[in-house]
Amino acid sequence: MSTLVYINSSNGIGKAALEVVSYAKKLGNDVVVVANGNADEASLASLGEYGASKVMVDRSVEGDSQQVTRMIASAAEATGASTVIFSHDLTAKSVAPRLSVRMKAGLVSGAVAVPEGNTVKVNVFSGKAFGHVKINTDKKIISLLPNSIQPEGGGSACSVEDFASNAGDSSIKVLETKKPEGEIPLPEAELVVSAGRGLKGPENWGMVEELASELGAATACSRPVADIGWRPHHEHVGQTGVAIRPNLYIAAGISGAIQHLAGVNGSKVIVVVNTDAEAPFFKAADYGIVGDAFEVLPRLTEAVKKFKSSN
Amino acid sequence: MKLLVCISKSPDTTSKISFTEGNSKFDENGVQYIVNPYDEWYALVRALELKEAGGGTVTICTVGSVADDSVIRKALAIGADAAVRIDAEPTDAYYTAMQIAEYAKANEFDLVLTGKETINYNGSQVGGMLAEALDVPFISLASKLDVNGSTATVETEIAGGVQVCEVSIPAVISCAKGMAEQRIPNMRGIMAARTKPLTVVAPADIQALTSFENYDLPPAKAACKMIDPENMDELVSLLHNEAKVI
Repeated sequence: MSTLVYINSSNGIGKAALEVVSYAKKLGNDVVVVANGNADEASLASLGEYGASKVMVDRSVEGDSQQVTRMIASAAEATGASTVIFSHDLTAKSVAPRLSVRMKAGLVSGAVAVPEGNTVKVNVFSGKAFGHVKINTDKKIISLLPNSIQPEGGGSACSVEDFASNAGDSSIKVLETKKPEGEIPLPEAELVVSAGRGLKGPENWGMVEELASELGAATACSRPVADIGWRPHHEHVGQTGVAIRPNLYIAAGISGAIQHLAGVNGSKVIVVVNTDAEAPFFKAADYGIVGDAFEVLPRLTEAVKKFKSSN
Repeated sequence: MKLLVCISKSPDTTSKISFTEGNSKFDENGVQYIVNPYDEWYALVRALELKEAGGGTVTICTVGSVADDSVIRKALAIGADAAVRIDAEPTDAYYTAMQIAEYAKANEFDLVLTGKETINYNGSQVGGMLAEALDVPFISLASKLDVNGSTATVETEIAGGVQVCEVSIPAVISCAKGMAEQRIPNMRGIMAARTKPLTVVAPADIQALTSFENYDLPPAKAACKMIDPENMDELVSLLHNEAKVI
């Protein structure tokens, strides 16, 4: 019996990949990784430290969901795996449902914990509740929400072998990719600094970026800010944007409408800065500061600097 | 062009979420159902725009009971031409997708659109399952969509950015923010919706693969600790020593 983990390594091996391998290891069986993308052999082999016994890589497979589905199905057949684990990212959202139909395997998306028997805990109602979903098939697919478990290293590197999956051609022709380099992907970020209309204009984002850079955090924003074009759309967190669950979410000048909360209520700790003491966000916050973001953020940046130099 | 838009009902965004029958069922008491916002604002409205630009028909499809007809009429009021309700409880995404697949296979659509996910189950599963069952390409989380002849050009989210790609139709596309602006149905639309065809189809024999056993609510948050805006050293110290997040 083995558990198969799918990893798209085209952006290298990120924290989400370490999480899914560690998660698969907790299921108790031998863990085999099937990967596409162009990460180098050493970084693929390092997945062994988190519990993989072998990595199978097919670099000819691109991002098309039909191709990736065929690749994983063929790896599942080759290894006799009965369970497939994904990180619940954009690729998983297009591939895991296809694979579920192809393998006739029950799919649970958005898992937040290790299964108890055949039952998996998931996030539902946009973070307002948890559901416990039972998989009624022998073959199972689980797609794990990023930041749900901590990667557990300590093992040793594993073997990496080329895998000819015969996944066929891509049915999708990529014309253009627009992507800023070097940023922390928001759903994977452990610390996030976010701001809203309270900042009054895009020219004031410097203080948000300074705090984020001092903390090593990603930046995010509320919906109106993305809609007016102050910040790029991929930074928009909330019901219609990205849902995130970082360890720390600092929100400045965001009132905390229910739609915004739906995207951030999985955060471990929430800090809210707002001039309005009645802002609904304070009800969802762990730490609140009633004050002007223009004064509080630079002060907080200084305090973080001071803390870092003395620790 | 023949367009199929899959819609689901979901509780109004502001609904209070609670459970009954030993936490095994969503408590529908006092809950107002709406067309799942992603299905409506993005998938349905973009389908209507494509039809207005290039001709064709827009059919909406849902798996549900007679109680869902009012939600279907709302979608018809926005402008869909016809509706199909597969008469069954949508027990899991697989069951739902396979029911729609049976209908779609028999009726040959050029393009099938879904919302990116429902706001109640957040699974993001039906579109991909449907595409696999129909053996056609699937593009998820599209923010722009245009069709030229037998080619669809789609802008889609990728980690930290966007990608533009081309795919030949038929295809299934799940729609996210950016696709279209919300349309409010007008009185004429609401009147017309009453007489538009709503066909009820018997379900195919499909077994669900998963089942929701029970639910629970996250533990209530402790009261927010207020910090003096002059004293950010205190906040940093609490984040380090108490919350242990930095």
